[in-house]
Amino acid sequence: MADIAFLLLIFFLAATTMDSDTGLLRQLPEIPDPNVPQDVNQINDRNILEVKVNKDNLLLVEGELTEFSQLRDITSRFIVNADNLPDMPEKEIVNLPYFGDVPVSKAVISLQNDIGTKYGVYIAVQNELIAARAKLRDDLAKQEFGIAYERLDEERKGAVDDFYKVPISEAEPKRIGEK
Amino acid sequence: MARFVKTGKKSVKAISTSSLPDIVFMILFFFMAVTTMRETDVMVTVRIPDATEGKILEKKSLASFIYIGEPLETFQALYGTEPKIQLNDSFKEIIDIQDFIAQEREQLNEADKTKMLVVLKIDRDTRMGVVTDVKQALRRASALKIMYANTNVDQITLHQ
Repeated sequence: MADIAFLLLIFFLAATTMDSDTGLLRQLPEIPDPNVPQDVNQINDRNILEVKVNKDNLLLVEGELTEFSQLRDITSRFIVNADNLPDMPEKEIVNLPYFGDVPVSKAVISLQNDIGTKYGVYIAVQNELIAARAKLRDDLAKQEFGIAYERLDEERKGAVDDFYKVPISEAEPKRIGEK
Repeated sequence: MARFVKTGKKSVKAISTSSLPDIVFMILFFFMAVTTMRETDVMVTVRIPDATEGKILEKKSLASFIYIGEPLETFQALYGTEPKIQLNDSFKEIIDIQDFIAQEREQLNEADKTKMLVVLKIDRDTRMGVVTDVKQALRRASALKIMYANTNVDQITLHQ
């Protein structure tokens, strides 16, 4: 009996893996239909946070060289725009369930990379942007409902998502910076 | 004092093995419960990048995997050391992705076809050129839900 059990055990040890996969979930944009005219410049420039990683893996935020460690702070400050500065995103009064009429930031983050950028750095930057947004949502959930964002039900989660929508768009690729 | 003096030969009883099958079965069931079947042999070196915000992949049955990285040493004589794309069990090119996605989608239930997820397991030193090409190919194949595989850590250290 024990022999058979051992045999099965060894089979399962060899044929299976234990690791669970984790990753950053993203939605790619659809390929634009060439027959449908595209609205160019439909997003106001002040609403876009331009993040770029060049071929030397250096980070540029709105065209300025920035330390990687500052990115999360800059992003959340940009999204919130607490002082309603004119060069930061505008706000729009939107009626949201649970919140009522609230000013919602129209911020959009645009992430660009060169062809020679290292994938690891790109993911780190992507991660910082997602982290900044997740932190704002979590803070809002705690302030409004008293519980962490992860533990909210779908409806409340949706409301919080709409409060800080902040799409992270990946610009159409440009073939520059080849090594 | 006499009490402490051992008398006679000490007989050592053999440990009973009658419960051994039970124990082994217990371990067996543990492994059956916590592991999943290995599906592909990875033929490229993939050291996936670190991140802090990774979500756990919940439905593995909906996921298709694309591996990109340097071929393993045994394949380097044939394929060189430039990053290659691995789909299922062979090295492929960008143009093959569309067929691969169609094939993978065919294997899913009708109801699950829209929920299809492509997991990109890419080496952290890969240049973005290849990655962008793959992403564009995925867009053309309208497989829009993707996941960048990473290992979850508390603090990111950049390997530049």
